[in-house]
Amino acid sequence: MRFFSIVGLIVSLGFAVAVNLAHGAETFITLASTTSTQNSGLFDHILPRFMAESGIEVRVVAVGTGQAIRIARNGDADVLLVHHRPSEEKFVEARYGIDRKDVMYNDFVIVGPIADPAGIRGMSDAALALSKIVSASAVFVSRGDDSGTHKKELGLWVAADIEPTVNSGERYRETGSGMGATLNTASAMSAYTLVDRGTWLSFRNKRDLAVMVEGDARLFNPYGVILVNPALHSHIKAEAGRRFIDWLTSTTGQDAIASFRIGDKPLFYPTTR
Amino acid sequence: MNDFSDAFIAAFSLLIQLDADLVEIVALSLTVSLTAVLSAAVIGMPLGAALAIGSFPGRRMLIIAINSLMGLPPVVVGLVVYLMLSRSGPLGVLGLLFTPTAMVIAQLILVMPIIAALTRQVVEVLWAEYEEQLRSLGATRWRALPTLLMDGRSQLLTALLAGFGRAIAEVGAVMIVGGNIDHATRVMTTSIALEVSKGDLALALGLGIMLVLIAVAVNGLSWLIGSPGQDRLLRSKRGGGYGRQQYPAARTR
Repeated sequence: MRFFSIVGLIVSLGFAVAVNLAHGAETFITLASTTSTQNSGLFDHILPRFMAESGIEVRVVAVGTGQAIRIARNGDADVLLVHHRPSEEKFVEARYGIDRKDVMYNDFVIVGPIADPAGIRGMSDAALALSKIVSASAVFVSRGDDSGTHKKELGLWVAADIEPTVNSGERYRETGSGMGATLNTASAMSAYTLVDRGTWLSFRNKRDLAVMVEGDARLFNPYGVILVNPALHSHIKAEAGRRFIDWLTSTTGQDAIASFRIGDKPLFYPTTR
Repeated sequence: MNDFSDAFIAAFSLLIQLDADLVEIVALSLTVSLTAVLSAAVIGMPLGAALAIGSFPGRRMLIIAINSLMGLPPVVVGLVVYLMLSRSGPLGVLGLLFTPTAMVIAQLILVMPIIAALTRQVVEVLWAEYEEQLRSLGATRWRALPTLLMDGRSQLLTALLAGFGRAIAEVGAVMIVGGNIDHATRVMTTSIALEVSKGDLALALGLGIMLVLIAVAVNGLSWLIGSPGQDRLLRSKRGGGYGRQQYPAARTR
């Protein structure tokens, strides 16, 4: 019977641990946000400071903007921090969220192989650059995942008056995954792609990719923060969530964002500057 | 391609440094997966045994269902558990989403069919072999069950390990229901996915090597517990009753 007593011991141990896991309810809020803010390391830089000041732990679920908004709409997060203004405004209009505030911004860049088969290096017109990529029959990798970056890219195709999906699966590759996975694909295929500057600067697998196009006003990338409407979901930690939003937009929070740099380059610019 | 050598260096330095974050991640991985496997065993083993020796309507259908569920895609399980546990879902009031408990539930659903199906297989074979003899000794189906389970314990351990292998290696379900939250629900596999998305392939592969080492350690440990050497020990201690030493006689008939 030794075997069963050992199994019994392990089972009871397992349940004891499970009970322990369910315990440990300190003050925390859940933040639904985008992969760009997490992958760049911004949260690792600013959240410990907020915790030290307020005693509130911020638990980040980092997914694409589309999915983050769905999580917030279901009431599974207290605060939403994303980067697609039209979706944010729709979210607030539908009363899913309240108190939208601008937090920070950076910009998107078009990156591509150093060999630059489409000859777009140094251009500042993003839409024109995309049409040159198409006419040169070069490969473009798209997020294809309903994220903020994907929506921005689709907007640029509209501006260029091109329907990219006619080349879907060939010269237009929709990865349907996060920014990192898409960059990995682009660097493996020596293809062009659109990326937010924060993720780009912190990305470690660039291989022969480099920034090709930047500085177009249409590449502006603002981030907004929204409190999930506590009137819709009674469990929303509105007070703690508001403290976080107030801190982010306060001088201390904005300074914390500005002080996050890789090398000497800032990844995000606080809105109040 | 020096990603591989970089990966081994990364894995090695992870092992040497053994920083607190990594220990936390490894501990959570083991806790979640072991809890899931053991709870799945508590449900799956009796279920499998009942399917093996019981006779009730729908038994065959249930066997087919359990066997098919072994191939459940983790992402689908993750999604279903997410929808159930979401605040807008039927079990939302429990507030379990994005907690380790949610991850245990998802892995339990993935692992339970494997343990149940393999248990059924093991018990069915043993029952076919020893039914006559056990009956002649006056044991009913259900009275014979402990003996059958005891006799098949090393195969049952393999069933547990198969379940553990699925649980510890799985990323799709725990990513969705856990959310890969730092210091809360981040486990080995979701860390690896995160490092891949940061483009730090060497660190990702290094974490992968650590994951394999942990799996080896768990399997080695369980081999020690259920090693064949102990079978002999238990058999000689057990003596009479319907111990294994009597079975060859049954076979010769």
